[in-house]
Amino acid sequence: METLTKTIQGVPLNHYILLCSIIFSIGVIGVLIRRNAIVIFMSVELMLNSVNLLLTAFSVYRGDATGQVFVFFVMALAAAEVAVGLAIIVMIYRNTNSVDINVLNRLKW
Amino acid sequence: MSTFYFIAFLSVFFSILVITAKNPVHSILYLILTFFTFTVHYILMNAQFLAVVNFIVYMGAILVLFLYTLMLINLNKESEPRKSNLVKIVGVIAGACFLAVIVAATKTLGTSQPVVLNNPGLGLVKNLGKILFNEYLLPFEISSVLLLSAMVGAVLLATKDTKTA
Amino acid sequence: MDKYIWLIPILPLAGFIINGIGRNTLSKAVVGFIGSLMVLISFGISVAVFFQVKAAGSEFHGFNVSLFNWFSAGSVKISFSFLIDQLSAIMLLIITGVGFLIHLYSVGYMKDDAGFAKFFAYLNLFIFFMLLLVMGSNYLIMFIGWEGVGLCSYLLIGFWYTNPDYADAAKKAFIMNRIGDLGFIIAIFLIMVVFGSANFADVFKLASTKDFASAPFTLITILLFVGAVGKSAQLPLFTWLPDAMAGPTPVSALIHAATMVTAGVYMIARSNILFTLAPVTMHIVAVVGLTTAVIAALIALTQTDIKKVLAYSTVSQLGYMFLGLGVGAYTGAFFHVLTHAFFKALLFLGAGSVIHAMSNEQDMRNMGGLKGKLKITFITMLIGTLAISGIPPFAGFFSKDEILAHTFMHSTPMYVIGVITAMFTAFYMFRMLFLTFYGKFRGTHEQEHHLHESPPSMTIPLVVLAILSIVGGFIGRPESLGGHHWLEHFLAPVFAKSAPLLVTPELSNSTEITLMCISVGAAVLAILYAYFKYIKNAHVPVTDTEERPALVDISYHKFYIDELYDTIIRKPLDALSVFFYKVIDKMGIDGIVNGLGRGTVDASKGLRLLQTGNVGFYIFMMVVGIISILMYILFKA
Repeated sequence: METLTKTIQGVPLNHYILLCSIIFSIGVIGVLIRRNAIVIFMSVELMLNSVNLLLTAFSVYRGDATGQVFVFFVMALAAAEVAVGLAIIVMIYRNTNSVDINVLNRLKW
Repeated sequence: MSTFYFIAFLSVFFSILVITAKNPVHSILYLILTFFTFTVHYILMNAQFLAVVNFIVYMGAILVLFLYTLMLINLNKESEPRKSNLVKIVGVIAGACFLAVIVAATKTLGTSQPVVLNNPGLGLVKNLGKILFNEYLLPFEISSVLLLSAMVGAVLLATKDTKTA
Repeated sequence: MDKYIWLIPILPLAGFIINGIGRNTLSKAVVGFIGSLMVLISFGISVAVFFQVKAAGSEFHGFNVSLFNWFSAGSVKISFSFLIDQLSAIMLLIITGVGFLIHLYSVGYMKDDAGFAKFFAYLNLFIFFMLLLVMGSNYLIMFIGWEGVGLCSYLLIGFWYTNPDYADAAKKAFIMNRIGDLGFIIAIFLIMVVFGSANFADVFKLASTKDFASAPFTLITILLFVGAVGKSAQLPLFTWLPDAMAGPTPVSALIHAATMVTAGVYMIARSNILFTLAPVTMHIVAVVGLTTAVIAALIALTQTDIKKVLAYSTVSQLGYMFLGLGVGAYTGAFFHVLTHAFFKALLFLGAGSVIHAMSNEQDMRNMGGLKGKLKITFITMLIGTLAISGIPPFAGFFSKDEILAHTFMHSTPMYVIGVITAMFTAFYMFRMLFLTFYGKFRGTHEQEHHLHESPPSMTIPLVVLAILSIVGGFIGRPESLGGHHWLEHFLAPVFAKSAPLLVTPELSNSTEITLMCISVGAAVLAILYAYFKYIKNAHVPVTDTEERPALVDISYHKFYIDELYDTIIRKPLDALSVFFYKVIDKMGIDGIVNGLGRGTVDASKGLRLLQTGNVGFYIFMMVVGIISILMYILFKA
């Protein structure tokens, strides 16, 4: 274990931020360019996880475990969100026979 | 050190595949891989508890749930109607702008100190458990209520509406 | 005795409550009996109180009867207490005495009216408030009575409210009184601010001390006077009183001649020290009083309605009283209140008797020749007319001459105008008498057939009042005529503080007698002129459709004052209201409110097009928004 953790020695914090930003942006792009509700949902998960990773990095950097506790809560939230979100998607599919978000254009007026 | 960059590269690579794969099932599989690289990141930072939770909850539970849903609605074919190229380009540009802004923000912070694990026991279950059940007992209990209500909500939403159906 | 003083106002109140509650169950006889009895008992107690006050001598400054603490706020304590001194003792006698006679008269006069019990209830209530007004030991109690009598006046003017004109007259009286009341209440506040008390005793004691030399006496007294102007029907608020004749005749006699309208005089006489300290106000009071006296007398010259003549006569006589107050003749003014209460109540009741006999005819053009048929009424009214005309030895002569003598000392032109007004008074009163009782009967045959003398319940008060009108003046017989002016000595403690401040040159007896001769001569001349015009030439005022000479026309139409008020006050107010309604309210406020609503709807109609309903578009806009916010934060730093 010790040798494993040694491998991150010397990685600047900025690189963690950079990595998480890139993955977060990929999530954003995924949300923007895909029309499949499930894929969009997966992109959202990607964003959530990138933030989790960054929180952990900060936690380690500052030597404060609170960040990791927070990640734990985010995960609990994500689990709840996924359950409800997927239920909604199932319902949408049942009603419209599609998970294409462009079909959901009745969300106006 | 190079291990980190290698794993980071894998993370970015798989996450790009997630959003570009035509078949949603492939997307999910790439997502599992992405999350696996995340687990490795956690291990590298000696956040053992998070690594395990990530492995079990995300890869094991949530993504399986995705797969189940996909299976339920039978959408494994590559029949997704494509967005027009213009929308794609605009989407990518917007994402790139987003990235650029954050990178610029990071740059203004100047050079940063390397991440050094001063306290190896930081991310261990013992340590986190103490914090969780001392300072964060109330949020922890409340999150249980949240999960319960999410469960009830999911059941309620996914059940066929007998009145209308 | 002071233990029973609270009974004086309470008894009429009890009468009001009993008659008010039992108005549908009690018989008319019982109602009339209760109503009159209550006032009679009050009168009895008042007489006892009067003699007690009289026995107390000239050093007596009245006693306070404190009933309970009304309210206290901070340093201000207002107790519900009565002040019984010479002034209020005499007022008590007038109110309960004349009030009782009028109650008695009403039993006969109103006997066929459906609202008999209601009428007596109101009358009793009026007596209660009037007693409160004169017995109050501070301005606030006085104000309760002041407002209460205004209310009763309103109720009784509009007694026959089914006639819209009468209801309008009631409203007019009420509103005009409100204008005055506003002045009065501001004056009360001002008094409380300046002196820290509304108690008569405290205020008057402080007012004459040096500490309050710079107090705003002029402002206070002018505001008090505004209140008096409204209540006592002086210019420019006098037009309600003639219209108030819409009420039953006993009401006109009691409220609009003998008691309520003299409340203003009483109030000023009570506050005499304040007025004495404000010479400017005194001049205003005198000028307003004199002007009112002249104008009302001029209008009365040509009126054809018997009650209207008396109403304008009342206004004119009230003008005299204010003239008296204005020139510092407080005793004289109050003396006139007293004698006026006798003879004007007598005249009104006599007129009521005539109207009763004429089957509710009020137009003198349709009367005439009633002398033979209504003997008692005629004789008593003749006495009343002589009294008001200032013919010795009737009551009006003494009081009017005292006022005129003081006016002469004050200013000769005012005196001349006063004497001319007295001439007018004699003329129009005898005109009324001649038109009503002399000549040929001009009414319908049916009316002639019905002519009858009134029942005893109506004639007895007439006789009593006639006797009072004859002898009432002797209580103020001046020294020049061998008297010693008992009233002046009796009232001296009330005006004690003002007396040293009023420098009045002593009038020699010969001058005083000369002045009397002048005014009596003028009155006799006027009577002779009236005699020649209306008896020798049997002149009858023309009907409404015929042309009149210009001056007569102006007088007949009351100087067009109502029309003038209509034009300069009511119409602009109406126009202003219409303007506010149409422009400010409809266009302005409604415009803003409706405009906001319409604007929101229109803007929403445009904005909702932004909502495509496309979830992808929403997500895209969200990302754009997040980027914008991040960039803003980034570039701000």
